[in-house]
Amino acid sequence: MKKNWPLWEVFVRSKNGLEHRHFGSLHAADADMALENARDVYTRRNEGVSIWVVESKHITASNPENNGEMFEPAQDKVYRHPTFYDLPDEVKHM
Amino acid sequence: MKNEALYTYILGLADNSLILGQRLGELCGHGPSLETDIACTNISLDLIGQTRTYYQYAAKVSGKEITEDDVAFLRLEREYRNVLLVEQPNTHFGFVIARQYLFDVFHLLFLNELQHSKDETLSAIAKKGIKEVSYHKRFSGDWVKRLGDGTEESHKKMQEAVNALWRYTDELFEMSEGDQQMATEGIGVDLSKLKEAYYEEVSELLSEATLEVPERKYFSYGGKKGIHTEHMGYLLSDLQYMQRTYPNMQW
Repeated sequence: MKKNWPLWEVFVRSKNGLEHRHFGSLHAADADMALENARDVYTRRNEGVSIWVVESKHITASNPENNGEMFEPAQDKVYRHPTFYDLPDEVKHM
Repeated sequence: MKNEALYTYILGLADNSLILGQRLGELCGHGPSLETDIACTNISLDLIGQTRTYYQYAAKVSGKEITEDDVAFLRLEREYRNVLLVEQPNTHFGFVIARQYLFDVFHLLFLNELQHSKDETLSAIAKKGIKEVSYHKRFSGDWVKRLGDGTEESHKKMQEAVNALWRYTDELFEMSEGDQQMATEGIGVDLSKLKEAYYEEVSELLSEATLEVPERKYFSYGGKKGIHTEHMGYLLSDLQYMQRTYPNMQW
């Protein structure tokens, strides 16, 4: 039975005001079942207030083989971080 | 015992949850998939949690030096008051789901009434249980529809389970003398008032699931009097093994 069920990715908002975070994946026959399964598998210890599920096939992922051209050029460009300014003490949460 | 009638009444409610919880617990690590395995054992834990609050209250009401564990583990088969439906075995997943759904519909109707009990503790237990049991019913009802309206094979198995368990549904509404007394005092629920709504709701969902509503004139009774089906002894030997073998053991 299970081998016919597609894979779903589960995103959970742990409390109001926070963003949904990827929690893991599971198998389900459709979106309704995926939500119920996510509720039982990932929120039974009171982890969340909202759940998103999306079928894994709808996610387009970057290819690790291309990591060189994708990510390495950013490594030596420290000036892209806003760390070269003196911040007044009054400015918080930066 | 001062509150004998109340004590017996609480046990009746608690035993339904304990025995169904035990049956579902048997699926731990044996469910048809990881996801349904966890769902069934979650429901089991909800039920056993409800059972504990009932038993704690029963132990208090008894006025004796007993604990919830004595009540749960050290009674004889004839002293358990659960309905026959909840002790039926996990023959296949269709049976697990049919048993669950046939009980959940009753359970929710029941708690909705029990929350208006004059007994504050029972009312509080009912209020807390309503949310849990609403989810149980959603889960089991969805699965009845999926399996009933699924493949030819799943339809056949779901119908088989509904047909086999239907004979135990009427007992849910059987009023013992104790039930009658508790209902008159405004503590318990008049079960006969739930019957029509129950069969209406169940029949509607079965039809939606393309299943036939069994037509049956004869039903099985006995659980509420302590006369159980042959499956009960095996269940209890599992349930009671630890306390019988190592009396007073603690985790």
